[in-house]
Amino acid sequence: MFELIGITPQVLFGQLLLGLINGSFYAILSLGLAVIFGLLNIINFTHGAQYMLGAFAAWMLLNYAGIGYWWALLLAPLIVGALAIVAERLLISRLYKLDHLYGLLLTFGLALVIQGLFRNYYGASGLPYAIPPLLSGGHNLGFMFLPNYRGWVVVASLTVCLTTWYMIEKTRLGSYLRAATENPVLTEAFGINVPRLVTLTYAFGVALAAFAGVLAAPIYSVNPNMGADIIIVVFAVVVIGGMGSILGSIITGFGLGLIEGLTKVFYPEISATVIFIIMAIVLLIKPAGLFGRAT
Amino acid sequence: MGKPWKYLLPLVLAMNLTAGAAVAEKVKFGVLTDMSGPFSDLSGAGSVEAARLAIEDFGGEVLGEKIELIFADHQHKPDVGLNTARQWYDVDGVDVILDVPNSAIALAVNTLTAEKKKIAIYASAATDRLTEDSCNGYGLHWTFDTYSQTRGAARALIEQGIDTWFLLVADYAYGHSMEEAMREAVTGAGGKIVGSVRHPLQTLDFSSYLLQAQNSGAKIVALASGGDVTINAIKQGREFGLQQGGQRLASLLTFITDVHGLGLDMMQGLQFAVPYYWDMDDQTRAFAKRFHERTGKMPGEAQAGIYSGVLHYLRAVKAVGSKDSDQVLTWMRDNPVEDMFSRHGKLLPNGRMVHDMYLVEVKSPADKAYDWDYYRVVSTIPAERAFRPLSESACPITKGK
Repeated sequence: MFELIGITPQVLFGQLLLGLINGSFYAILSLGLAVIFGLLNIINFTHGAQYMLGAFAAWMLLNYAGIGYWWALLLAPLIVGALAIVAERLLISRLYKLDHLYGLLLTFGLALVIQGLFRNYYGASGLPYAIPPLLSGGHNLGFMFLPNYRGWVVVASLTVCLTTWYMIEKTRLGSYLRAATENPVLTEAFGINVPRLVTLTYAFGVALAAFAGVLAAPIYSVNPNMGADIIIVVFAVVVIGGMGSILGSIITGFGLGLIEGLTKVFYPEISATVIFIIMAIVLLIKPAGLFGRAT
Repeated sequence: MGKPWKYLLPLVLAMNLTAGAAVAEKVKFGVLTDMSGPFSDLSGAGSVEAARLAIEDFGGEVLGEKIELIFADHQHKPDVGLNTARQWYDVDGVDVILDVPNSAIALAVNTLTAEKKKIAIYASAATDRLTEDSCNGYGLHWTFDTYSQTRGAARALIEQGIDTWFLLVADYAYGHSMEEAMREAVTGAGGKIVGSVRHPLQTLDFSSYLLQAQNSGAKIVALASGGDVTINAIKQGREFGLQQGGQRLASLLTFITDVHGLGLDMMQGLQFAVPYYWDMDDQTRAFAKRFHERTGKMPGEAQAGIYSGVLHYLRAVKAVGSKDSDQVLTWMRDNPVEDMFSRHGKLLPNGRMVHDMYLVEVKSPADKAYDWDYYRVVSTIPAERAFRPLSESACPITKGK
């Protein structure tokens, strides 16, 4: 069967695994976007810059404070999340009653400012961040050489994604959150502090981006433009999955990673575009996205 | 008091005349380079310093006049570069333009130089068109070109038994021309290309392509990209254990400043061709030491090349007793180029300076004994094989000769 499509099973399994790894980043990032959009109705274009901030926070913790990867995995999302609270209170909260477009313009502008500042200060060529010693090296799986770190990325992101999904769908806190999304006024009448819930949700979505940034730092160089490169793809993932759908964004993230990986084998020249082709097709057939509910 | 201006006027005129005569015979170099951009480490201020060292070693004077040196930043804008060159030739009395990183600007300067019958010595532009279809004899390509980086390195590697290649190419103009050069070079030397992938230029993740390269069974994976794209590819190649699997990585146009920036950890085991390495013998080390005292860095390939070019030009001017470009060029072609940079060097009529190149391998961090101890010289690529021979040249002025 494999000979029919012109590749060996080794290549196929290898590429599927790699697709899963890249899908991990798409999944965490699009999950954060979906959470924010679901509750705040804000299309958070600062997400890429916040992902970059996460990577830079890890780099700074290491180089200025001597704090290594494992603590950075915890601290960087907290730091970037705290910054997000400031941004939400000062700026974004003023836009909830306005059209989507204003939120989009504000967050996009913020992203440009943050990226510009970092480019100005750290240059465009990127900074090195080493793989933690515990995860360096790799295993030969027979069909491919799997670096330990990449394996860890899949495990970490799956854990985070599923925990988030569980929290939102199955816990009391999550039910408040869903209630506030459905009808903020009524939820507030039940004595729940909706504005605070909104702020914390935004901070949580951003913290997810920063977490992905720390995960990415040892694989790619820590670069002011790293977020701008990936955010467009992630938006396409969110659109395909359906805006605001939690599980949809997770499944779509991993699924598109797989498809992209396979494209790199069969027709590499198109690998940068394939996600957008899928997006166009999905929008034509199911405008609300694969997992979205038409409103 | 009388009328002092009566005496003043002839005096001023006379001074002007002598000054004018001096300008005509004074040799002046202009380093047209990248002082702040992506190539400023491998050329830039270091190129200016290398030219200054050559002038000092020559004694600072020629034809009885002090030798002058100026420099400018072309900012990678062809219009800025070309206007500066024009201003230098027409107004400032520059005789020789040096360096010119960025092939596009070098090609523009090349045409202008022939028009003005001046001389340009390129040390950091890579395109071999300078001495091929765009050649004119007045533009001298001193250090390396796309041919020397692919052909020489490919043959040397294939002779070591590394004869199956996989090409990882950035999908745009530079990548395509480099791919073509590599295909020609590898098959020409008896090697075989077992596979190739063109990846989109803005690729962040190379894992898929690296896996294909691993599965191809090729002994070497050659990269034709540049800047941080190459850096990411090298980094991930190491992560995916290409080396452990017995494969090598090659980035064919690599400068010592890249190695310095990326670190040995990342670059170890890479092989490529260089025209110069500071730690090769006593001669190169003596120059490097002086250069280091001035700049705090070891000289790069292009910078050492500028030293050599300036020195050879000055020797020619002294021997000929004039700075007439045609006479000087004849002397430069008739006499071998031998100095700390160039071994078995000879200037061809199409403007290409052929000289020995060296295949080097980047050391592992454990083998590094002192600062800037980066390369092990694997073999010498003799001058006549390192560069495209005159018989194959597409240069219109030497064709059929």
